[in-house]
Amino acid sequence: MREIEYSEVVKAVKDMIMYSGTDLPQDTYDALKEAMEEEKSRVSKEVIRQILENADIAKDEKRPLCQDTGLAVFFVKVGDQVKIKGGLLKDAINEGTEKGYTEGYLRASTCEPFSRANLKDTVGYNLPAIIHFDLVAGDKIDIEYAAKGGGSENVSRARVFPPAAGKEGIIEYVKEVISDAGGNPCPPITIGVGIGGTFEKAVISSKHALFRDIGSVNPDPEMAELEETILNEVNKLGIGAMGMGGTKTALAVHIEANPCHIASLPVSVNVQCHSSRHTHITL
Amino acid sequence: MATYTLTTPLSSEDTKMLKAGDTVFLNGTIYTARDAAHKRLVELIEKGEELPFDLEGSVIYFVGPTPPKPGDPIGSAGPTTSYRMDSYSPTMLKHGSKGMIGKGKRNQAVKDACVDYDGIYFGATGGAGALLGKQIKSAEVIAYPELGPEAVRKLEVENFPVTVINDTYGNDLYQMGREQYEVKD
Repeated sequence: MREIEYSEVVKAVKDMIMYSGTDLPQDTYDALKEAMEEEKSRVSKEVIRQILENADIAKDEKRPLCQDTGLAVFFVKVGDQVKIKGGLLKDAINEGTEKGYTEGYLRASTCEPFSRANLKDTVGYNLPAIIHFDLVAGDKIDIEYAAKGGGSENVSRARVFPPAAGKEGIIEYVKEVISDAGGNPCPPITIGVGIGGTFEKAVISSKHALFRDIGSVNPDPEMAELEETILNEVNKLGIGAMGMGGTKTALAVHIEANPCHIASLPVSVNVQCHSSRHTHITL
Repeated sequence: MATYTLTTPLSSEDTKMLKAGDTVFLNGTIYTARDAAHKRLVELIEKGEELPFDLEGSVIYFVGPTPPKPGDPIGSAGPTTSYRMDSYSPTMLKHGSKGMIGKGKRNQAVKDACVDYDGIYFGATGGAGALLGKQIKSAEVIAYPELGPEAVRKLEVENFPVTVINDTYGNDLYQMGREQYEVKD
């Protein structure tokens, strides 16, 4: 059984958070650059130019890309031949999150649901992190992280369709969600679509789909084709960068599909803003 | 679509000159307020009590910045989604405020208030917090420090870049832009 020090996990998580806060991932940067070149609207083109200039400033001066530094979301795969020495893995991820947000001067955005009181005095700075664990074979721990902002989360939706809705129903549903959202989720967006499973499985899959690099190809050819179809349809809506009108509303559509109940076709649409801060390490 | 440089406080003469789609570089003092601060400000207006700043000609920025690094006046400071302020903005405009800076569409009541009281809704680029934060030269919490990122701050800005979304003539750039680029099969 391999052992990993608790403090090593804390430091790795802290570093991921601080880096993500200021350095836009290359896949997102490249996709935005391409979108700027192809955008037909002068106003939207200028908005994307500002977004890229913002990314350059944030990286060079180590300033947060956006003031909404999000809730910290993790997908963690834990090997069955590894254990943490000196504490619990969950505690180490939370401790790394608190350190990363504090030392990186990132905003604490968590609060109680009704009093809206900020939790930093009770639970900790931007805690608790949202952590999804999975158990796998091996002696490694794989940690995927994304900072999830509120504006894009607020427009996300899920619904369980009857099976007859099929692909057409899913395409129409995604268009409806993105059309209603307009400029609110900070387009050009990435759209995560979770299909199948149960209600919650679809939702979690739509979140995980956002962690995939923009420009990567879905290994399932049927899903890759559906991603392309939805992307083209969404970009016909004319929303454009920050809703100002244009041809580049979305940079990518990512689908994660699962087997589902014979009676159901669950669909979840989770939206990510243009500041798609996501990263990944293996310990 | 024109480009203007304006200094706050804004007059009706300033705002009536602007059209949806224009670019404006703002200079001078602006004030920050999000949901929680708006609720308190509107309550003060309704009770006829004094506000923490003069509303006349004021520009309100919907923002909750990141904590400043040592030596900086403010951290990253891009706009938050504006519809959450829709129920408060008409009262603010009616009592003299002339501008709002945020992102995302507003409801009809806010658009009507822009027409009735010579107000402008400006859009700033969401997610460009580092770039926009650099145009803020000083920041001072002047009310509700207990609200943390949502406290009311007095900001001095230089050439702060915004786009006119809703003008005093009832135009809406979000509608106009989308109609221009929507592809109907």
